[in-house]
Amino acid sequence: MIEQLEYPFDSGELLQRKKSIKRELLKEENFMDKRVAILCGSTVGEMKHMLELFLLGHGIRPAFFEGQYNRFYEEAVFETEKLAKFAPDIVYIHTSVINLHGFLEPGASKEEVEEAIEEEFSRFCQVWDKLLREVKCLVIQNNFEQLPYRLLGNKDVYDPSGKLYYIRMFNDKLYTYAMENKNFYINDLAYEASSYGLERWFDDSMYYMYKYPFAVDAIPGVAFNIANIVKSIYGKNKKAVVLDLDNTLWGGVIGDDGVENLELGVDTPSGMAFSAFQKYMKGLSKIGITLNVCSKNDEKIAKMGFSHRESLLQLDDFISFKANWNNKDKNIKEIIEELRVGENTIVFLDDNPAERELVKKAIPDIQVPNLGSPESYVRTLDKGGFFEVTVLSRDDIDRKEYYIENKKREEHWTRFTDYKEYLKSMEMVCNVEEFHNKNIQRITQLINKTNQFNLTTKRYTQEQVQNFSEKEENITFCSHLSDKFGKNGIVSVMMVRVCRETAFIDLWVMSCRVLKRDLELAMFDYLVKECIKRKIKRIQGVYYKTKKNAFVENLYEDLGFQLMTKDDEHSTWEYIVLPNYEEKNQVMEMRKT
Amino acid sequence: MNRAEIFEEVQKIFRKVFDDEQLEIRDSTYSGDIEDWDSLEHINLIVAMEKRFQLKFDIQEVGELENVGEMIDLIERRLNGQ
Repeated sequence: MIEQLEYPFDSGELLQRKKSIKRELLKEENFMDKRVAILCGSTVGEMKHMLELFLLGHGIRPAFFEGQYNRFYEEAVFETEKLAKFAPDIVYIHTSVINLHGFLEPGASKEEVEEAIEEEFSRFCQVWDKLLREVKCLVIQNNFEQLPYRLLGNKDVYDPSGKLYYIRMFNDKLYTYAMENKNFYINDLAYEASSYGLERWFDDSMYYMYKYPFAVDAIPGVAFNIANIVKSIYGKNKKAVVLDLDNTLWGGVIGDDGVENLELGVDTPSGMAFSAFQKYMKGLSKIGITLNVCSKNDEKIAKMGFSHRESLLQLDDFISFKANWNNKDKNIKEIIEELRVGENTIVFLDDNPAERELVKKAIPDIQVPNLGSPESYVRTLDKGGFFEVTVLSRDDIDRKEYYIENKKREEHWTRFTDYKEYLKSMEMVCNVEEFHNKNIQRITQLINKTNQFNLTTKRYTQEQVQNFSEKEENITFCSHLSDKFGKNGIVSVMMVRVCRETAFIDLWVMSCRVLKRDLELAMFDYLVKECIKRKIKRIQGVYYKTKKNAFVENLYEDLGFQLMTKDDEHSTWEYIVLPNYEEKNQVMEMRKT
Repeated sequence: MNRAEIFEEVQKIFRKVFDDEQLEIRDSTYSGDIEDWDSLEHINLIVAMEKRFQLKFDIQEVGELENVGEMIDLIERRLNGQ
């Protein structure tokens, strides 16, 4: 991500320099291509350009369909085919409070107002239903911000005929719709407007002259938010935080000042600021972001900091803890290795600009926000949008436990000399399961965020996954892996297209949490047995090379496939299915649910 | 800020918006002279100038602008409180 796109960005610069920034961004390689349709209730204008910049910044290259001015309803409901032909991955509906028209006269009764809301809401529902069910894409809809003027003054918000009352009730219905519909996401425009300031948000002359629904200067902020939703959907969120200690997690230098003199807690203003930051960190760990420490300190002394009576964070909140005198880039590289995540999934937080600079230079893909002063730490982190939640799955919440268990596993590992023996001792159980309503969300998430064990790096929406699995001839399954240390949830997915006597492995991914556990052997055993059952004679697979999937370069060969074709980018493989197949997996128990 | 200084600043904005560091504007420059000067970029110019000179143009003022010279005249007038 180039710095100009990081919070707090300069909106004016982005708007004026959009062409040169775009040129800069396009120098990167390996974009994920997505088709984005913007339907609008007002002028889109710069919205498209700003969205493009932020998406490119996240490694997503959009191809746009720009709807005509204020025809979002018509284009979705009556010209569905044209839109479907563009085959959008995402439709963003650019509406705002100026698109609400159902307000009634002052004095209207609650019942009349409810009816008016219902009528207008059903108009929007038509749009969303068409998009979700017929165009089959993801939908991002703005909620509705408050108005700048209040005919009824303060009563406007609680009198049924007040416009603010109407907006609030309308938004409520929108949220219920979002809770009930997969693939439907809300861009919290109301939050953005308040955050920007309603006084500046509404720029009447820009609306009267050019039909811009809000200040041009506010457009980059809105685009930033939408891009955060999109990158989160496509698995590009940050996953881990690496924290400095002195003057980052507490005030003062523990080695000099001693644990009792650290600033933390309600006794001093800075102490309060550091406590607030710790609290926010604790919250992050609860939504599945792993916390890690990288500090120039003596390890023993550093750890004492968490015995401070006001320390909300405890040692067991951290996964990797590096307190030593090595350079920070070296420590962070080790942390990345331990967590088995990409460099681009890490946010590094340090109050010292020199350390930040060093790490940024050594590890270019890492995110290093400029922290500022302690009272602004939380804001910098929160507004950065690094961890945008689009799906709060049980798995995210449990992720920290997985890492802790993984660590236990590694400690356990050292006692074994034979790896197979070690694997057997893990008491692993592989539970194979078909796709269904309850697991499809996690399956899609895994497909879209897995880079290492990923043979084809195809990305699918939930809709596409569902359609694929509903074809009876296809073989689709996922597996859970549990062992004596705990459950790992769904960790691998296979999607196989069957055409007469040949099965094509369309997609096969495995979470990096369970690599090198022989799970691929167990999965392959299952596939072969399915093939024997269905009288399928051969299995074909293809390996598409990417920057990150060298891990599975030889997978087909190792499984006993024969090479058919090969060039720089991909290779194709074939396996002949024999009835006397001998199971490859010797280390785990297989179950089917 | 005198007219020459305003001209310099406006020139900078034009160069940024049209992504051309060599661009030389004149008082007579109008939308027909610059290929990318469409209505969208026109708004960008207005917004950028409002931001740079910390002022807000009236709808009527903006509607009457024919070329760069008139833009600069308008800014000069507004900065001098006329």
